[in-house]
Amino acid sequence: MAEWNKPLPTVSGETKPYWDSCRQGQLVIQKCDSCGEYQFYPRGICANCWSNDIKWHKASGKGTVWTFTVTYQNRTPGFAEDVPYVLALVELEEGVRMFTNIVECEPRDVKIGMGVEVTFVRANDQISIPYFKPAA
Amino acid sequence: MVDLKHGAAIVGIHEHVTRYAPDKSELQIQGESVIKALADAGLTKKDVEGLFTASSSIRNSGMNLADYLNMYPKYVDNTTVGGGSFEFHLSHALTAIVAGRINCAVITYSSLARSGGVSVGTGGVARFGHPRLDPSPDSFEELYGLTTVGLYAMIAQRHMHLYGTTSEQLAEIAVAIRKHASMNPEAMFRDPITVEAVVNARVISSPLHLLDCCLISDGGGALVVASPELARNCRQRPVWVLGVGEALAHQGAGQRDLIYIAAKQSHEPAFAMAGVTHQDIDMAMIYDSFTITVLETLEDLGFCKKGEGGDFVSGGRLQVGGELPINTDGGGLSSNHPGMRGIFLLLEATRQLRHQFEGTPRQVENCQVALCHGTGGALGSRHSGGTVILGRD
Ligand SMILES: [Zn+2]
Repeated sequence: MAEWNKPLPTVSGETKPYWDSCRQGQLVIQKCDSCGEYQFYPRGICANCWSNDIKWHKASGKGTVWTFTVTYQNRTPGFAEDVPYVLALVELEEGVRMFTNIVECEPRDVKIGMGVEVTFVRANDQISIPYFKPAA
Repeated sequence: MVDLKHGAAIVGIHEHVTRYAPDKSELQIQGESVIKALADAGLTKKDVEGLFTASSSIRNSGMNLADYLNMYPKYVDNTTVGGGSFEFHLSHALTAIVAGRINCAVITYSSLARSGGVSVGTGGVARFGHPRLDPSPDSFEELYGLTTVGLYAMIAQRHMHLYGTTSEQLAEIAVAIRKHASMNPEAMFRDPITVEAVVNARVISSPLHLLDCCLISDGGGALVVASPELARNCRQRPVWVLGVGEALAHQGAGQRDLIYIAAKQSHEPAFAMAGVTHQDIDMAMIYDSFTITVLETLEDLGFCKKGEGGDFVSGGRLQVGGELPINTDGGGLSSNHPGMRGIFLLLEATRQLRHQFEGTPRQVENCQVALCHGTGGALGSRHSGGTVILGRD
């Protein structure tokens, strides 16, 4: 396997469960037991009510494309040679949106509202990165 | 709240003419600009009590600037919220002056983005030179190849999807601003363009084409802000700060509707403070990092309803002689954009309110009230919005 030359996440205490779960092929998100809100990105507090009653939940891994762009120019190594690629915001079934790339399809076939599902790509022994592909 | 209207005035301005200055330092451009802005006001180094600047480089901070200028300011503000930082600075300077902390401040900025080869829009995470991503939010974003232009393009895509906005409508913005650049001898790009030229230019990040994107230049400038008492004794007719508002907008933990931008939050306090309505605004300086920035800003400032921006920007409305002329200097799309350009919004609005171009096509007729709105950061992730309303004496 070629060495990963795109940026890699930095894992901290508050985000470690997310990356541990991704490594096992499961997308997880946080929900607050006090106010009932989901949140993304993960954090050590509830961004809505500021409680610390947050729990990790398995996400269904399904969602829809909220918006996207086909990127033709990016100087960052790893992406420079990857153009054109699709940068997207996906709205998960649970209601929160996350940045991702839409993969395993032609950029011209990506539409707002299309159904997508998570797929993981192993970057190294510690990190697998969640992407989204058209729903089966 | 204390009444801030007419609490301070812009009394001196200078825009550095350079668009390419590999032989200068950023501090030199700032220094030259401050000196000329003070001369414009008829003030001197001794009058300056507050020093305001923003920089994406921590090394070129207010401390280095004070050192370079050999100044000892008693009020310091380095608020850096992207391109719109300078609208925030003016808001803060107004507050400091009304509070009696200072009588005079300078706001200044410069950047060598062009000669330094900085890929502001398409550099990706490399644009910040980060060797290592922060745990959040970087580590949930930069893995996916975000670019500045991409983050604006995503909002353009969503706008088109929801409201049927077209690339041709976005192009109208670039065409109007280029026309204004053709009247500015210092603008970088001065040859008129057409809607066809914009939509046929190569796509940088869909649906935005090359000419939907601002240029990259070197440059800088400065303005002098003074208390009413001091302003009355300056060389130039004062340009009053009538109203200010500031806001930040972000992902809202994954739930905020990103189609609305910070301008929606920042404009109401500014209009309320100024006591004016949209009909009173004779011209506007709208941060034009991309054409979509202008369209979204005009909607969320309330000049038209959400979703009607495409129609609003068409038919010459934004050109001098139209209902709402914007960016009469040629904006960031055609005149200059050294990394952050919010300071130039304030400079051009001041020139218009001074009637500096009287007798030439660039002058907005009988210009009495102008609005500036600076946007910094990126619409698709997190950004700032600073609204400033200025009035002729
Ligand atoms: Zn909560």
